[in-house]
Amino acid sequence: MIHSLDRYQPGHSPLHQGDPRVKVVVAFALIGGIALTPERAWPAYPALWTLVAGLGALAGLSAGRLARLGSVALPFMLAAVPLLFTMPGETLAIGGGIAISQAGLARFVTLLLKSWLSVQVALLLAMTTPFADLVWALGSLRVPGTLVTLIAFMVRYLSTLSDEAQRLLRARAARSAWGAGRPAGGSLLWRARVTGGMVGNLFLRSYERSERVYAAMVARGYAGEMRQLAPPPLSWRAVLAGAMPLAILGLIQLAAVVWWG
Amino acid sequence: MIEIEELTFCYPDGQCALSGVTLRVEAGERVALVGPNGAGKSTLLLHLNGILRATEGTIRTGGLALTDRTLGQIRVMVGLVFQNPDDQLFSPRVFEDVAFGPLHMGLPEDEVRERVQGALAAVGMSAYAGRVSYHLSLGEKKRIALATVLSMEPRILALDEPTAGLDPRARRSLIKLLQGLDGQTLLIASHDMRLVRDLCTRMVVLDGGAVVADGPTEVLIHDSSLLEQHGLESA
Repeated sequence: MIHSLDRYQPGHSPLHQGDPRVKVVVAFALIGGIALTPERAWPAYPALWTLVAGLGALAGLSAGRLARLGSVALPFMLAAVPLLFTMPGETLAIGGGIAISQAGLARFVTLLLKSWLSVQVALLLAMTTPFADLVWALGSLRVPGTLVTLIAFMVRYLSTLSDEAQRLLRARAARSAWGAGRPAGGSLLWRARVTGGMVGNLFLRSYERSERVYAAMVARGYAGEMRQLAPPPLSWRAVLAGAMPLAILGLIQLAAVVWWG
Repeated sequence: MIEIEELTFCYPDGQCALSGVTLRVEAGERVALVGPNGAGKSTLLLHLNGILRATEGTIRTGGLALTDRTLGQIRVMVGLVFQNPDDQLFSPRVFEDVAFGPLHMGLPEDEVRERVQGALAAVGMSAYAGRVSYHLSLGEKKRIALATVLSMEPRILALDEPTAGLDPRARRSLIKLLQGLDGQTLLIASHDMRLVRDLCTRMVVLDGGAVVADGPTEVLIHDSSLLEQHGLESA
């Protein structure tokens, strides 16, 4: 075992023990709410952050750590940089002969905050809910079965596939020798061909594995439809616990629209 | 229990993996299928529950001929354990993998749960129900792969290289586990002659897709010229 995609961190916090279905719904609602926050409702953002950090604290994660982890979203903000220059509006500054508009800056910062907060919510969900529970919750929330199965299989076998890739890379490294005074490896084209061969090899292995997995499913009676045990009923306590962050989100949104927007 | 008559199977590329295999296995027998790589052992096992369908010849299992109509019943009757447990353990968690067969048999939920517990207990893995199978050792995965078919309560167990890749301790404990199973008909494809000696009373040697020898393990396992001729060695 070399690599695992599961971000889950075991624990016994109220968030860890919450019903996965409630957690999934709350996380999606929070992300939706964050996305819908009006653009210039500036006070709403610290309020939303406090909500997310408060949930993090419940799970035993410090706000600083969560904030740092959330910054994985930042590189993607490069895609939003053109907004700074293309939004029409009052000119704020001129950088390298291009005007930065006030509206553009506001939009950019809002997007930055929204994506940073959303990633924190998603991470919080992933870190407090084992992947198997997430898949189960999606299935019980009537997300289309094919989609849930695809996600489950993808994550299950990505780990196996990454192990195989690591083994191939090791085998390549073990044979990548070079003599004294000679350049290592061949031309770029040669390297590209080696890499291409490895990718093809991995694809074929995965393809063959998929056939064997399918055979193993069919051997145990699979006929095109995944079945799972009926989910236990949701408890009132779980629903109430989930309603609390949603109520706070609602209040923030209300304030954002009425006063801050 | 299993009656195979003149079974021939050719892959779409024209390569024939089995040619005219005839074999009868009685209920409760423990039969080893031995032979070199490419002899057709795995292909034969895949025919037992209809994953591959014969190009020619017939298979009857528990008195039922293998047809589209009987496929479901035959799959309940024959529990097939694949060589690589990563192919067999595809669910997010051990519990779901072991429950997969019973759920697809359409059993009521209480019984599914009972069977999962029973099967995990039978392989000594009761504490693993909530574990993620990717994180387990090969020996543990092999045991759980076995539980995934035991939960279907099959009358025939067909195992493909059950001890391949296991260290001596895991291997011994798996053999012990298999010795403890009673009532089931066992069909084991393997190169592991010690496993064959310890577990199977009858040995069928396959080579080039055909049965070349069939007899008591006690006798055949000492026939070193036969074994050598077919790429095997005595235990």
